[in-house]
Amino acid sequence: MISLLLKKLGVLIPTFFGVTLVAFIFIRLLPGDPVMLMAGERGMSEERHAEMMQVFGYDRPLYEQYLSYLGDLVQGDLGNSIITKRPVLEEFMTLFPATVELSLCAIILAILLGLPAGVIAATRRGSAFDHTVMTGALTGYSMPIFWWGLLLIILFSGILGWTPVSGRISLFYYFEPVTGFMLIDSLLSGEKGAFLSAVSHLILPSIVLATIPLAVIARQTRSAMLEVLGEDYVRTARAKGLGPGRVIGLHTLRNAMIPVITVIGLQVGVLFAGAILTETIFSWPGIGKWMVDSIFRRDYPSVQGGLLMIAAVVMIVNLIVDLLYGLINPQIRHTD
Amino acid sequence: MSEAIANQEGFDAQQSGRLALFKEFWSYFSENRGAVIGMIFFFCVVLVAIFANFIAPHSATEQFRDAFLQPPFWQVGGEWRFPLGTDAVGRDVLSRLIYGSRYSLFIGCIVVSVSLVFGVVLGLCAGFFRGKVDIVIMRVMDVVLAFPSLLLALVLVAILGPSLINAMIAIAIVQQPHYVRLTRAAVLGETTKDYVTAARGIGVGKLRLMFVTILPNCMAPLIVQAALSFSSAILDAAALGFLGMGAQPPTPEWGTMLAEAREFILRAWWVVTFPGVAILTTVLAINLMGDGLRDALDPKLKRS
Repeated sequence: MISLLLKKLGVLIPTFFGVTLVAFIFIRLLPGDPVMLMAGERGMSEERHAEMMQVFGYDRPLYEQYLSYLGDLVQGDLGNSIITKRPVLEEFMTLFPATVELSLCAIILAILLGLPAGVIAATRRGSAFDHTVMTGALTGYSMPIFWWGLLLIILFSGILGWTPVSGRISLFYYFEPVTGFMLIDSLLSGEKGAFLSAVSHLILPSIVLATIPLAVIARQTRSAMLEVLGEDYVRTARAKGLGPGRVIGLHTLRNAMIPVITVIGLQVGVLFAGAILTETIFSWPGIGKWMVDSIFRRDYPSVQGGLLMIAAVVMIVNLIVDLLYGLINPQIRHTD
Repeated sequence: MSEAIANQEGFDAQQSGRLALFKEFWSYFSENRGAVIGMIFFFCVVLVAIFANFIAPHSATEQFRDAFLQPPFWQVGGEWRFPLGTDAVGRDVLSRLIYGSRYSLFIGCIVVSVSLVFGVVLGLCAGFFRGKVDIVIMRVMDVVLAFPSLLLALVLVAILGPSLINAMIAIAIVQQPHYVRLTRAAVLGETTKDYVTAARGIGVGKLRLMFVTILPNCMAPLIVQAALSFSSAILDAAALGFLGMGAQPPTPEWGTMLAEAREFILRAWWVVTFPGVAILTTVLAINLMGDGLRDALDPKLKRS
C-alpha cells in the first residue's frame, strides 16, 4: 500500500509542478503585461509602469519570478484579486463549499440512480428495461447540459412554478455561514422553512450536474456487471444453487464495483467542468461561476489561482480514488 | 508479362482482402441498429450542411422587422413563413439551425483532424523512442489532463481571445492527450510483435517503421476515439459559444444561438428549445455511430 502511494506520488508531484508552470505562464501569455492588466483601461505613465513592474518583480528573469511564485504558493499566497483586492485563496475558500455541496448532491444522485439502473439492465440484458436504460444513458451522455438546465427551468420554474430559478436560498433568509454548506447552515440557523428553501434551490442544479456522471456510471456498471456475470465463479455459484440475490449481491457486485469506483472517481473533473456551466445557468455562487466571471472581468490573478486550485483538488481526489482502488483490488496492490 | 500478371493478382488479392475486411466490419456494424440509425441521421445532417443554401427558406442573418419572436407555425400567431418561429431580432430559427449545422460539422472535422494528427505523431514518438522522449511527452500530457477539459479550454480562449477558430484550437489542445495515450499504448503493444522485428531485420528505416509498419495496426482504437471526440468537440464548442467564448454573434452556431436566446427562456420557448435539440440529436447520432464502430473494430470489446 505504501509503495503504491509512493508510486502515485512519483507521478503526481512532477505533474503538479507542471500545473504550477501552466498557471504561472498563463498570466504572462496574455496580451499586454500584468501591470497594464491591473491598470485596466485607464492606463498609466511610463515611469509609474516601470516602478510597478519593479514592485511586483516583473522585471526580473522569468525563472526567478517562477521561483518566487512557488515560494508564495508554499505560504498559501495566490495573489490578490484585481477586482475585490482580497486574497485569491480566501475568495476561493469562501465559494468552494457551494461547489462541493452541489457536486456532492449531484454525484450522490448519479450513484443512487446509476448503480441500480446498470445492475438491473445487466441482469435483464436485452429486455425493454435494458434498452431504455442504455438509450437514456447515451442520451444523457450526449446532453448539452447548459441547454438541459434551461429546459428544466422552463418546465419546473416557468410553467409549473415548483422550483426557484437561481441562487442557493431564498432572499428572505439570512444567516451567518458556519460550514458554508447551505443545507447544514440552514438547519443550524433554526429558521423555519430555511432548510426547505435550500433544498428547493438545490434540486434543479443537482439534476443538471448529475446528468453526465449518471449516464457514465450506468453504462460502466452495466458493462462491468456483464463481464463478471460471464465469469466461471459466477456459474459455479449458480450451480451450487445460490439464489439470484446472493449471486448478484455477493459474488458479482463486489467484483463489478472495482471499475465502477474508478469511473466514479474520474467524474470529479467532469463535475468541475459541469459546474462551470451549471453554476452559470443557475447563478449558483460557486467556483465555476466565479471562474467564468473572473475571465470576463479580466481578473487574471483569480483565474490563475482558481486554475491551480481546481487542478490540485482534481489531482488529490484522483489520488484518493487510486488508493481506494488499490485497497479493494488486491491485484493492483501486489503488482510490483 | 508474367510479372505484370503477378502484380495484377497481388493487387486483386489486396482489393478483395480489403473488401472482405469491410464486409466483416459492416456485418458487425449493421448488427447494431442504433449505430445504423445514428449513421443515417449523421449523413442527413451532412447533406443539410452541404445544401444549406438550397434548403434554408431564408438567410441566416436576415432580419424580418415585422416578425420578432414569432412562435412556430402550429402555435397561435405562428405562420408557415417561419416554420420554427423567429428569434428576438426577427431571424428565422429554422434557417439559422440549417446554416448552424455547417459550423458544428466544421468544428468537429477540424478539431478531430488537428488533435488526431498531433496526438498520433506525439504518441508514436513516445511509444517508439521510449526513454526521455516518452517521459517528457507523457508528463506534459498528464499536466494537460490534470485540468478539467472545459476549464482549460476556457482559459486558453481567454488567452487567445474569443472566436470560433480559437475555440477550436483550445478544444483540439484539450483533446489531444487522449490520442497520445491511445497511440502510445497501441504502439507499445505492437513493437514487440514478430512482424515489426522482421521489418527491423530487413533494415526498414525508422520513419517507415513508425508510420507504415506500425501505425496502420493501431488504427482501430483511434478511429473509435475520433468518433467520440467528434461529438465532444461539438458539445464543448457549443458550451464555449454558450458562455460567450466561442463563435461570436451573429454567427448561427448552435451554442451561440442558445446564449442569445437565454434571456427569453420564459417568454419564447422555441428560441431556446430548437438549437438544443439540434445539438443533442447530432451529438447523439455521432455517439451511436461511435458505439457501433467500437463494437465492430475493437476485438476486445466485440460482443461474444
